[in-house]
Amino acid sequence: MQHKITIDPITRLEGHGKIEIFLDEKGNVERAFLVVPELRGFEIFVKGKPAEDMPIITARICGVCPTAHHMASTKALDDLYKVQPPSPAKKLREMLYNMFMLEDHALHVYILGGPDFIVGPKAKKAERNVLGVIQKVGLEVGKKVISVRREIRELMTLLAGKVIHPAWGVPGGVTRGIKKEEVVNFIKVAEKGVEFALFTLKVFKDIVLSNKEYVDLILSDAYTHRTYYMGLVDENKKLNFYDGKIRVVDPEGKEYALFDVRNYREYIAEHVENWTYIKFPFLKKVGWKGFVDGKDSGIYSVAPLARLNACEGISTPRAQEAYEEFYKTLGGKPVHHTLANHWARVVEMIYAAERFLELAKDPEITSDNIRNIPTETPTVGIGVVEAPRGTLIHHYETDERGYITKANLIVATQNNSARISMSIDKAAKSLIKEGKYDEGILNMVEMAFRAYDPCHACGTHSLPGNIPVLINIRNKNGEIIKTIKNFE
Amino acid sequence: MAEKSKVAFYWCASCGGCEEAMVDLAEDILQVVEKAEFVLWPVAMDFKREDVENLKDEEILVTFINGAVRTSEQEEMVRLLRKKSKILIAFGACAYTGGVPGLANCYSREEILNFYYKSGDTVFNPEDKKPTPHFIEGNFAFEIPEFYGRVYAVDQVVDVDYYIPGCAPTRKVVKNAIDALFSSQLPQKGSILGASSKSLCNECPLNETKPEKIYVKKFKRVDKTQPEPDKCLLIQGYPCLGPVTRGGCEALCVKANYPCTGCFGPLDDVKDYGAKAVSFLASIIDSNDEKEIEKIIDEGLSNPLAIVYRYSLPKSLIFDTKIKKNGG
Ligand code: SF4
Ligand code: SF4
Ligand code: SF4
Repeated sequence: MQHKITIDPITRLEGHGKIEIFLDEKGNVERAFLVVPELRGFEIFVKGKPAEDMPIITARICGVCPTAHHMASTKALDDLYKVQPPSPAKKLREMLYNMFMLEDHALHVYILGGPDFIVGPKAKKAERNVLGVIQKVGLEVGKKVISVRREIRELMTLLAGKVIHPAWGVPGGVTRGIKKEEVVNFIKVAEKGVEFALFTLKVFKDIVLSNKEYVDLILSDAYTHRTYYMGLVDENKKLNFYDGKIRVVDPEGKEYALFDVRNYREYIAEHVENWTYIKFPFLKKVGWKGFVDGKDSGIYSVAPLARLNACEGISTPRAQEAYEEFYKTLGGKPVHHTLANHWARVVEMIYAAERFLELAKDPEITSDNIRNIPTETPTVGIGVVEAPRGTLIHHYETDERGYITKANLIVATQNNSARISMSIDKAAKSLIKEGKYDEGILNMVEMAFRAYDPCHACGTHSLPGNIPVLINIRNKNGEIIKTIKNFE
Repeated sequence: MAEKSKVAFYWCASCGGCEEAMVDLAEDILQVVEKAEFVLWPVAMDFKREDVENLKDEEILVTFINGAVRTSEQEEMVRLLRKKSKILIAFGACAYTGGVPGLANCYSREEILNFYYKSGDTVFNPEDKKPTPHFIEGNFAFEIPEFYGRVYAVDQVVDVDYYIPGCAPTRKVVKNAIDALFSSQLPQKGSILGASSKSLCNECPLNETKPEKIYVKKFKRVDKTQPEPDKCLLIQGYPCLGPVTRGGCEALCVKANYPCTGCFGPLDDVKDYGAKAVSFLASIIDSNDEKEIEKIIDEGLSNPLAIVYRYSLPKSLIFDTKIKKNGG
């Protein structure tokens, strides 16, 4: 008898993603799928709009990572109008961007993904959330998370107009700089940010790494895929969120490609399925071989773990230390363990904070020289940043007056869609045997997708941060024969 | 309040910014929790559809809906929540007037699906697959919702009691709105909650530099010009929509030296925001010569639709239709 298990964590009410697991006659998993039931059509409806409005419009793709879209879009405009921002403007943008990475990663570490580890994968579900985190690490820490995040978001508002959907980026620069009397605050908050990120690493070490059970879980086969990895690197092949070339390493960690985003179409193609609205990007030259890992399959991964695998180190000192420790502990590069994303995210928090501080202290940051006015005729513009959830590409074409004729976007979570699907499939297969499954699998399956911090924007709103999962097990007539859920 | 009121917060075709706006309430949300019991808050709470179905009609005191309606699943949920709620509120620009995703109404479903799954630059689809509702492949049967031919504001699907404007509403606006709801006297049905009834200019720090009468010889675009700081953007020639936009945000964009794009929507008694904005922009053009006027528009406002209907196309007079049963 064919059983179908629907895991509907976030979809049925929000339309952002659900998991379908099909069991064979023996009750073993035949296949598990990630199904995304939504599409909004931005690439089409931006046609005919003035190019300079794109950073405002595309920020509305996601209210959780609007800064990432705003910035990828602004950089696409630089390219479109063939103009480079003056050095202070570039620094301002990069600073805002690192502020954003820091607050967004903090959210995931303490509220979304982190509770799995900080409180424990087997903790009571009522505790496996931000409240449980506070209980474990203390109210003081909870307050710290809220206040650091709030202070960063207030400064982002000051600089870029709005924190949800900035109004700031223009081709060749930005519309507002920082005044001398304002920068003091930026430095203060950045210093706090560095301290906070280092503290977060300590929390992670004390609670997760000192516990053998957790480490075994991270290393377990159920959460391991040998895929390609992609991320931006600077001219020294060091980690960078704001700018650089796209580097791809193969499952052995060897450089497979290093390319300018302008050539992304030579490297990236998107596979389509009938059962989901999301597309599955893959490495074009390797090819789509189905949902399988290994060197012969073009599936790649993005986001924190992928970024650390794809770079050759980090340019700020404390983050570099944390990076070295990460690989030493996990047995060298590349690391293929999906759950290591959580740790990689903490390493990235340190980098974001250190870079924020460097830039806040840079004398150029208060300069008035914040814009080079374009003079060239626009044609094609392609921009890239590393969103918290991975590589994000915006590509526009316009008529000679700068009205959009074509747009193509490769969005971060989409880059991970094939690997997420595989993770779910593998976790389900290793956990459900001969029709036996219990509530324990719920969190295990959750963990398989949560590690990627997928932008089912809902994630961010999870206060308290446990994503509710409902599994309906149906017989082949579609009747529910059993329901398991992790919420009351 | 002796017994806690039931409250729901639900999102349709949303970017998540409205949810983030709610989360940005931070400790203020605790005051809400004191008075209200959330019966539906995706992710944080028990959000089973069946649970909502099991409630009595009008058992929920207030439901906030953000995001526009684009799929069959969203339509069903909005209808269900309407039935179960005494008060239903459209939260944010998408729910109120269709929002940015509403710009898609100029394009057909086929154009969108065709680009995404067939003709897009990076699509590789030799087998010509495309997302298919009720799809069956061998042993596997999938359900995905229907993608409608257009985007609807929430009041084009069900009756709405109040509106909270903004994309996203700011923390202060959300707080004001919630205070109004829990005050002893409910505002009149159809009211806007939380924001101002005066135009944005009234709260803009640059208003002092704005003269009584404005004349514009040329509209500017920010692509190849940089606004001067500390001077009303409109008199510089930027189509800042502050004069026709509801206040409440405290001129956030203008403070970053960026013209207001109108996310707080129309002032009271204005039915069509875009029509109002266009006629306002036309009224400040400093010319009586038809040819010259044409040139001024062509050079600075050549796609006025994109500018004035950024957040409200589904509610424009040309598009304002109610949802047909099961989408359009
Ligand atoms: S109104 Fe704005 S913030 Fe809210 S869902 Fe729509 S686009 Fe996002
Ligand atoms: S037109 Fe714009 S810049 Fe001028 S006062 Fe009004 S809101 Fe401010
Ligand atoms: S200035 Fe205008 S566009 Fe910006 S937040 Fe306020 S109303 Fe919205």
